[in-house]
Amino acid sequence: MVVKVKTPLTTKVTFLLPASLLVLTFVVYPIIATIMLSFNINPIPNVNVVGDRKPGLENYVKVLTNFKFINIEGLKSFSFPMGAIIHNIIWIAIHLPLTLITGLLLAILLQNVKGGTIIRSFIFLGMVIPMIVGGLLIQFSFDRDLGVVNLFLKIMGLGFIARSWTIYPDTALFSLILGSVWLWTGFTVTMYSAGLASIPKEVIEAAIVDGADFKTILFKIIIPLLRPVTITVVAMTILWDLKIFDIVYASTQGGPGGASMVLALLMYDFFARLQDYPLSATVAVILTVVTLPVVALWIKATLRGGKT
Amino acid sequence: MGDITTQRLMFKSPIKWLVINAIAWIIGVLWITPFIGIFMTSIRPFSEVVSGWWTIHPFTVTFENYFEALFNPMFSLYKGLINSLIIAVPSTLIPVFLASLAAYAFARFSLPIKNYLFATILFLMAVPQQMTIIPIFFMLNNMHLLNTYLGLILVHSSWGIPWIIFFLRNYFSLLPVELEEAAKVDGASYRQIYFKIVLPVALPGIVSAAVLQFAWVWNDFFFALMLIFDPDKMVVTQMLPRLKGQYQVDWGLLSAGSVIAMIVPILVYALFNRYYVSGFRGWAMKR
Repeated sequence: MVVKVKTPLTTKVTFLLPASLLVLTFVVYPIIATIMLSFNINPIPNVNVVGDRKPGLENYVKVLTNFKFINIEGLKSFSFPMGAIIHNIIWIAIHLPLTLITGLLLAILLQNVKGGTIIRSFIFLGMVIPMIVGGLLIQFSFDRDLGVVNLFLKIMGLGFIARSWTIYPDTALFSLILGSVWLWTGFTVTMYSAGLASIPKEVIEAAIVDGADFKTILFKIIIPLLRPVTITVVAMTILWDLKIFDIVYASTQGGPGGASMVLALLMYDFFARLQDYPLSATVAVILTVVTLPVVALWIKATLRGGKT
Repeated sequence: MGDITTQRLMFKSPIKWLVINAIAWIIGVLWITPFIGIFMTSIRPFSEVVSGWWTIHPFTVTFENYFEALFNPMFSLYKGLINSLIIAVPSTLIPVFLASLAAYAFARFSLPIKNYLFATILFLMAVPQQMTIIPIFFMLNNMHLLNTYLGLILVHSSWGIPWIIFFLRNYFSLLPVELEEAAKVDGASYRQIYFKIVLPVALPGIVSAAVLQFAWVWNDFFFALMLIFDPDKMVVTQMLPRLKGQYQVDWGLLSAGSVIAMIVPILVYALFNRYYVSGFRGWAMKR
């Protein structure tokens, strides 16, 4: 029975208006205003945030040539700091493959052991806690005396290299990235576990009966079937890596000497320390523009998948 | 968990089965080692753990660190917990209610440019917080809402609405429409239909959205950092890094503080596990 009763306009407005008002005021308008601000156009009535700067691309030139954004010297010698955007790229380059592979393998492993659900919830803890605490836990675990990382090094006979990994320029960023793998893999495991659960058991059982080994099953059956999950996981992981803030703020504050500075923190740095609001807005716009391709991919995938 | 036959097929010998299980459990325990470490550090005097929290000789339990963190003269985490609660409860109820109305409209009504609106909502879910905060800062300042609970609540509520619309729209569209249509034929108003029929049926979805929104607001740091300056009004995540000290990190104090700050979201997760996981997909997007 399909009765199409036409909904009166007032009803539609009543349902949509309150939410729309809040979102327009505190999300949509601020986004537009941030873009205007980045071009030195004052968007907010009653305050002059721009000062006497002329509208134009000045801020973009300033940010793109700022050594905190890209540090050419550091890049040439591959030593930190290399600049916030490079650090974010390094973050993605290390974090994404590690968390994907670890997540998939753990999901497969935990599907086939006793108490897998419990172990999965252990791993998921990293997604539950505030990321500020996550950052502190990373710093704590990499501490020279208290850190469990150095305990393992000692057990493996490598105690002589033990140090507080987050306070040296050459290892600060890498420590945080590895720590972020630890925190974020709860997400990839959960997503892949849900994906695996939707693969019919008969498919895998038939392959085993046919004598296929684990490698064949993994590459020929599991990975191709999990493609949609992988797309979502890749998109969300890249976005998370680009937006990373709390972890760095809590552990290193972007230091030492900018060696672990990232885009979101650079925006805050320009806001709070320099109090240069147009410049800060420009970093925010650049950060958002960098996320756009991934967001577009995700929106397309979601609209295609969720047409119900 | 996998099917027994699959397991038997995959691990032909019992020894292999045992080894695989042992590996899985070792990984699981290693994974939570940092949590064990921070907890062990928090309940013992610092002198005992200076050379590693895993040394259990001697082992004295003390709650001194907790008292010091909770009633710190400058950044009292007890106050922080209360403030977090004052912020997080309305920042959950307001957006869940308003977004559920909008989500219902998206799921049931024909709207012009509906697909574009929906794509916009998806975009708003993914946008970085940094992209909105500077204008918000000055707007709240104009409205005399900077450094107030109300200001932060308004910002959190607005920020939560897009993903809750996304989540609840999907939820509502899976519910059968027959009941609502029958009520409509019987002359029920939209308000009656929504409150008497839709909400009760959709309650699990609403709870999911509320649980995740609460956890998100509780865990958030950036908005609070930008919009609250008064130590008396700071939320718990905001106070935590301030307990760190300038040069020497006081891990005794900080470990207790960490446990205090994460215990609430962990409890929420433990109590509402089912709801937590079902709403998790859309929520992860805005992390």
